[in-house]
Amino acid sequence: MTAKITHWLDDRLGLSAIRELAAHKTVPVHSATRWYYFGGITLFLFGIQVVTGTLLLFYYRPTVAEGFDSVRFIMTRVEFGWLIRSIHSWSANLLIFAAFVHMFSVVFTHAYRRPRELTWASGIILLGLMLGFGFSGYLLPWNQISYFATKVGADVAGSTPVIGPAIARILRGGNDVGAPTLTRFFALHVMVLPMITAALVALHVILVQKNGMSTPPWIPPSRVRQMKFFPNFFLREVMVWYGALAVLGALAAIFPWELGEKADPFASAPKGIRPEWYFLAQFYTLKLIPSHVGFIEGELLGLAGFGVVAVAWALLPVWGVNRAGEARTRLVTGAGIFLAVYLVVFTILGYVK
Amino acid sequence: MTPDECSGQCKQCTNNGENRRTMLSWLLGGGALASMVSFLYPVIRFLNPPLVTEAAVNEASGGKVQDLKPNSGKIVRFGSKPALLVRVSDTEWKAFSAVCTHLNCTVQYRDSTQQIWCACHNGTYDMNGRVVSGPPPNPLEEYAVNIRGDEVVVSKRA
Amino acid sequence: MRALLLLLVPALLFSQPARDTCVECHTAMDGAIQRPALLIKDDVHIANGLSCADCHGGDRGSDDMSVAMGKAKGFVGKPSRAEIPQFCAKCHSNPDYMRRYRPQQRVDQFELYKTSVHGKRLAAGDQNVATCVDCHSVHDIRAVKDGKSPVNALHIPDTCGRCHADAKRMAQYGIPTNQLEQYRTSVHWNALSKGGDLSAPNCVSCHGNHGAKPPQAESVSAVCGSCHVLFQQLYEKSPHQAIFSAASGGGGCTVCHSNHGIHQPSTAMLVGPNAVCAQCHDKSTEGANAAEKMAGWIDTLGASLKHSEDVLSDAERYGMEVSEAQGRLADGRENLIKARLAMHSFQPEEMHKPILAGMAIADETLRAGQAALKEKDFRRLGLAISALFIAITLAAIWLLIRRIEANGSGYLDTPAPK
Repeated sequence: MTAKITHWLDDRLGLSAIRELAAHKTVPVHSATRWYYFGGITLFLFGIQVVTGTLLLFYYRPTVAEGFDSVRFIMTRVEFGWLIRSIHSWSANLLIFAAFVHMFSVVFTHAYRRPRELTWASGIILLGLMLGFGFSGYLLPWNQISYFATKVGADVAGSTPVIGPAIARILRGGNDVGAPTLTRFFALHVMVLPMITAALVALHVILVQKNGMSTPPWIPPSRVRQMKFFPNFFLREVMVWYGALAVLGALAAIFPWELGEKADPFASAPKGIRPEWYFLAQFYTLKLIPSHVGFIEGELLGLAGFGVVAVAWALLPVWGVNRAGEARTRLVTGAGIFLAVYLVVFTILGYVK
Repeated sequence: MTPDECSGQCKQCTNNGENRRTMLSWLLGGGALASMVSFLYPVIRFLNPPLVTEAAVNEASGGKVQDLKPNSGKIVRFGSKPALLVRVSDTEWKAFSAVCTHLNCTVQYRDSTQQIWCACHNGTYDMNGRVVSGPPPNPLEEYAVNIRGDEVVVSKRA
Repeated sequence: MRALLLLLVPALLFSQPARDTCVECHTAMDGAIQRPALLIKDDVHIANGLSCADCHGGDRGSDDMSVAMGKAKGFVGKPSRAEIPQFCAKCHSNPDYMRRYRPQQRVDQFELYKTSVHGKRLAAGDQNVATCVDCHSVHDIRAVKDGKSPVNALHIPDTCGRCHADAKRMAQYGIPTNQLEQYRTSVHWNALSKGGDLSAPNCVSCHGNHGAKPPQAESVSAVCGSCHVLFQQLYEKSPHQAIFSAASGGGGCTVCHSNHGIHQPSTAMLVGPNAVCAQCHDKSTEGANAAEKMAGWIDTLGASLKHSEDVLSDAERYGMEVSEAQGRLADGRENLIKARLAMHSFQPEEMHKPILAGMAIADETLRAGQAALKEKDFRRLGLAISALFIAITLAAIWLLIRRIEANGSGYLDTPAPK
């Protein structure tokens, strides 16, 4: 029976090409194989976000008057609303963390080399999109913390040289964070960013299938064992995904995401207000820079610095390989460790200070 | 004997293998199904609209029109805070936050003076919510009152 | 001639403000006669265009000292202490004059002062008592609302205390000097200084300012009742009113609550080692029994509300949403306040209704809190069940992998594609 259906679909959709690919897809087996899971984890968590986000859309109201109350309604009145909302919030954080781990694993296994430069570039953009999701989604519950954190974030974005104030105005929908901001962030969060992400994820995943899994340069290609993707790696990946679900459920039930207090723009900012952890390193860096370095304003210098680093990082496949196309392993690994340590240390400092 | 050592001839080994295979299928299938149900159950219940369909913190019922006589007031629940609904005349209604701005006692309507009074420290407000005398530092927030049919609805002003 | 005069008018008008030679000369001097000229920059009279001469007489426009400070121009110099009230009253008791500057301001301060203990004693020759300048200062007199004024609400206790807390100064009058110290421990001072509640009473709220005198025993409850209305109404209907009015050293509310060191009341005033009731009512009398009953009810209601509050906080900490029940709890607390008010009728039956209502709310909110905690348990149970299913599935997949790979299937030794 299944064979008949499959044949019918194959006749019309050309599924056999996909089946061929699936049957032949392999995964290299070596000391760093475990890091191959992180791309899938990131994708899975994004899928969770799409599902829980869509469910939340059934009850959330994106206005200043009702935003907070609708979230409270979800948390208290809707059956399992607390679960869906808490999973959405926790998964957002785990997703960004997984994305960073995935990126660093690609760096340290040097998988950005030819022919995977576009995969890397699309991945960096996707990382930026995930941060955009985090920033825009954070405001939607319209509580004190999210309102003031957004204010701080928008102010920082606004101090980018030249284009800053214009960007900030477009982001905020005005000169202050308010009702227009909420509407814009909602549009970004549920339509604009998802559309761009969908396109880039499709590109990214198709490229991965086309180019196959990369083997780290320190392993001679002739000596590497391959594991079939179906069913061997796939079953393992399902285990990991299931485990992630269990972790999300536990976090949601034991540490439900808080509601906070409704945003009051006329109140003073809560003490020690700061952005979410994934922006903390940059935030703390900006705090450390003195107000003026020579004749340049400190914040300007900081933001320019971030811009330079981001572009350089996106261009890793260019400077991370030598003329022969081999990975400059020591340079790139060194840069990767430096960046990772900087991010971790400054995030911790941002919390503690 | 492991499945490796078994040559496939011995019935016991084959049967055991078969049994194990069946048990594993049951375990896998059962586990997968049960966990799927435990994921889908909350999702389906989530989509089922709750009985109280409105978030209802910007609006509260003030009861029926005929329940309140002219020149009298009553306390109604507005979210988690009390509100004072006053029927000034047959046709005129007013509503205010009933939380006194001095030390948060609940105010009341005084028909003899047609003013709002707080029993705690003798604070008095007029029918616009403004402080007339006593310790309150700020006026009372005024709410909007609308009549829908025979029901009085108190809501936050835009 | 008239035309010339007409020309003078605008000239006069446009020549304001005129010179102030008093200030000019005295600023250039040293010591005590320089001080006033330096102080007046903060003075409310100067800010309204007045000058030294408007109080002390003389001519502010003349450079010649004998003219500026001459008797011909009405110079009176520094008044003696006994003359100070009349000196200020020259303007401040003149309605026509005061109307030019502050139509709403009272003009009876001098009349009131004459009725006060300070005024009477000053008239009898006692120079030790307070006069206008002792409270309002002199030369740098600020408006009452000015935060730096010695008669601003927050500073009144210090100003009165400058004399009334000085044991040596008060020794000859035989009145206590612990009022300020006691007042500083009171709920009223706490509300004023820490709570920012400028309506809270200070010395003048109960004693009056210009006509300062302690309220007589029979009017104490009326004075307290100017804010604590309902307590006054209940108290005056009770048998205590007549008895306490005859009491010495204060009377009225102060018999139980003290006059200056008024503290947060509690059931410890009704029963226990420091009970106030026990000072008159012996054990097992009707009064003592009533006190015990009412104290018991208040304590029970208070404890029940606290218990509900604790359970709700617990639930909140577990992430449960309990804001509505917490709001309801506020109603319960209001009933407790009503019960404590009803105590002042000194009849338990009056307290019964708010106690019952309060207990009902305490019960209702407790059940809401317990339901929230139960929901929390349900969630964790659901999590455990779901985790169990997931664990079973994980185990099954793991076993499946092992079986598939038992004979090495699924692995290839071919090199990687790229």
